[in-house]
Amino acid sequence: MFDYETLRLVWWLLVGVLLIGFAIADGFDLGVAMLLPLLGKNDTERRVIINTIGPHWDGNQVWLITAGGAIFAAWPLVYATAFSGFYWAMLLVLFALFFRPVGFEYRSKMPSARWRNNWDLGICLGSFVPALVFGVAFGNLFQGVPFSFDDLTRSTYTGSFWALLNPFAIVCGLVSVVMLVQHGAVWLQMRAGGAIQQRSQSVAALSGVLLSALLLIAGIWLYTAIPGFSISSDVIGDASSNPLNKTVVQSANWFGNFAQYPLLWCLPLAAVVLPLLTSILARAQRSGFAFVSSALGIAVIILLAGVTMFPFVMPSSTDMASSLTLWDATSSKLTLEIMLWVALFFVPIILIYTTWCYVKMWRRVEPEFIEQNNISNY
Amino acid sequence: MVSETVVELSRWQFALTAMYHFLFVPLTLGLSFMLAIMESVYVMTGKQIYKDMTRFWGKLFGINFALGVTTGLTMEFQFGTNWAYYSHYVGDIFGAPLAIEGLMAFFLESTFIGLFFFGWDRLTRVQHLGVTWLVAIGSNFSALWILIANGWMQNPVGAYFNFETMRMEMDSFAEVLLNPVAQVKFVHTVSAGYVTGAMFVLSISALYLLRKRDVAFARRSFAIASAFGLASILSVILLGDESGYEIGEVQQVKLAAIEAEWETHPAPASFTVVGLPNQEEQVTDYAVRIPWVLGLIATRSLDEEITGIKDLIAMNEVRIRSGMKAYDLLQLLRNGNDTPANREAFSAVSDDLGYGLLLTRFTPNVSDATEEQIKKAARDTIPQVAPIFWTFRIMVAAGGIMLFTFATAFYYTARRREYKTRWLLKLAVLCLPLPWVGVETGWFIAEFGRQPWAIGEILPTYVATSTLSETDLWLSIAGFAALYTFFLCIEVFLMVKYIRKGPSSLETGRYHHEKLGETQHV
Repeated sequence: MFDYETLRLVWWLLVGVLLIGFAIADGFDLGVAMLLPLLGKNDTERRVIINTIGPHWDGNQVWLITAGGAIFAAWPLVYATAFSGFYWAMLLVLFALFFRPVGFEYRSKMPSARWRNNWDLGICLGSFVPALVFGVAFGNLFQGVPFSFDDLTRSTYTGSFWALLNPFAIVCGLVSVVMLVQHGAVWLQMRAGGAIQQRSQSVAALSGVLLSALLLIAGIWLYTAIPGFSISSDVIGDASSNPLNKTVVQSANWFGNFAQYPLLWCLPLAAVVLPLLTSILARAQRSGFAFVSSALGIAVIILLAGVTMFPFVMPSSTDMASSLTLWDATSSKLTLEIMLWVALFFVPIILIYTTWCYVKMWRRVEPEFIEQNNISNY
Repeated sequence: MVSETVVELSRWQFALTAMYHFLFVPLTLGLSFMLAIMESVYVMTGKQIYKDMTRFWGKLFGINFALGVTTGLTMEFQFGTNWAYYSHYVGDIFGAPLAIEGLMAFFLESTFIGLFFFGWDRLTRVQHLGVTWLVAIGSNFSALWILIANGWMQNPVGAYFNFETMRMEMDSFAEVLLNPVAQVKFVHTVSAGYVTGAMFVLSISALYLLRKRDVAFARRSFAIASAFGLASILSVILLGDESGYEIGEVQQVKLAAIEAEWETHPAPASFTVVGLPNQEEQVTDYAVRIPWVLGLIATRSLDEEITGIKDLIAMNEVRIRSGMKAYDLLQLLRNGNDTPANREAFSAVSDDLGYGLLLTRFTPNVSDATEEQIKKAARDTIPQVAPIFWTFRIMVAAGGIMLFTFATAFYYTARRREYKTRWLLKLAVLCLPLPWVGVETGWFIAEFGRQPWAIGEILPTYVATSTLSETDLWLSIAGFAALYTFFLCIEVFLMVKYIRKGPSSLETGRYHHEKLGETQHV
């Protein structure tokens, strides 16, 4: 049906789709949860905030799990190398994420204020840490990750956890946090009633400006100070997946693809403009449009990161030939083909029933509603 | 190579996180179906009490589900974090069912669980019932794909070794799907989940009946649990027996370890009921045996032999020697001697490559392994027998007791005497831990009994880990243990609190603690 080269390209796009799906769907509930202590001044207000995402956070989180599974199936070497190399970063994400399902489900099960405040803190940090770490991880990918393969393709990571927290990576981490905060704030503006609506509007407007500024800083930094990677041997799109069969050299910066296809410059432009547009729409109280704009912004930012590194997925700073690219880190042709059909079949179905759930649960969550339905809400 | 300690600690961490995860999963599998049944009765009869039942047991379901999700997150990422070489080596096959599980099952279950809890006033009765069924079906699909993945670890079919990529690659998806081990394991495992859900409802209802509170509510719950539980435990036992047959076919080592069969005896083999397996001397002391039974279970015949451990070790030694050849040829091929002759020679012995890799534990240089190292590796192909032997017997005993409990509960319920049969109610309460004893020992047998392999006869556990340090692992194990135990304590605390409150926690005004008296239609 498809040749190996096309399948590899399609899977690069599909992994991107899943990551974007995760950042848009789970992104707003991560953002909402980060804003929980900030925007909710009393217990009822906090319950309003949580209940706007109550029926949805669980389904949203599956985007992350599925993205993990899809990377395992389509890019096993990336799954193996990245997750074991970023060991402590991954565990930190996991340990933080633990507090979300438990926090949402358990916080309102006891009346004690201390109980609830502690869980709220858990929910907030449990959402902040993953948002930060994912951004930091991307920041490190641009700089190259210290790993290499031996002759049995066993990867060894030689960096430390603390080295991940370098200044450029932290800027990327902040991009990720502010991006999701804005997304969450727009969601709250659209779905929460009472004082929350007003407060989230201000947060949405402000965070857009901050996000654009951070993106500009990260972009200029990347352009001027961080060398890129490029493949110096012939790229054979249908060769078997062995990263060590190629050679890689350092290039002046990561913007080679942009020099070759100037049209790509639309992406960074859109990435900087869309958060501002979201701010304006939020200020104008067009929260529905603001949400669409914010979702689009997220998609563009993630796509931009992917396109900039293309065809690299995980460059190695210590042994450049070990760098993983979308041509040499994939599964076999058969597996990619099967998984493509599975994804093409199920993703539309998932989108349909997810939409149905959102439609069915669509309402503005007002403080009165929470107080009247004490038992049936979080 | 990684150190022995790193391998040991990685195994401990996986066992810890997986066993914690499986405290919650079977209850989700079972309760979701019980909720669907209760709500179906509600929609068909329109009786409010069945809606209350769905909502109350649903509350307990939610408390449990949260931790299932939490601990499940770890499972999806831990292959990459801690078993990186495994992930590379078999990701081409093993990753697919995990990804499909996400797309087909976990999305379904998790999207609709929100509507199950929050959609009561937003959906029609039939829509909500549909949602509840979709949650149940989603969680069961989830189990299906996970067990297809696990079945492949036990019996890796539909794949071959590709020396160019240095990993296993899929050559038949259908074989992976229709793997007989996976099919049997799936039904055995989900049935065990149904048993867990049924026993949970049965025990707690019995507690209410013993205290003579919320009797109408408890009797209906008890009745559904006893019927559903009886059907499920029969399925577990039947399919467990079928597993015995499958294992006899494809995992002779595990079967021999479960039975502590050191020698190959003339057919039909006898079944060792109890005894003290002695790994050093390779004998079972004080064995009590029943003639013929094992032969019947494992081979479905009276004339097939069951190979004993000593003979299996001898057979494996032959395969290790062949694996050494495979390893040499692999080195040749990868170092630029990719000639047709070498390829052909390699493909003749590549099935034994995994056996060659077993030697990496004993020598850095597989090609020059000494006789002594080969003998050691051969002995190492047999897991420790005593733990498997004993956990198997504990699992079977738990199953037997539960069969008795469900059968008597069903009988007395049918005769409408269950609520005054106090010994039965007490027995039901005491049985509460048994499903967990059964499922945890069951998984222990399946996974510990697969050793020394991560992927049966393909990839030794010893080479499957990530390149991490001992400190990394000590710290991460401590982190998991601390957090999971903390969450488990809170979960149990909330469970107990809501079980004490009972259906009164719905605040409908109809139940015990709301002091409005019992509903009268007992």
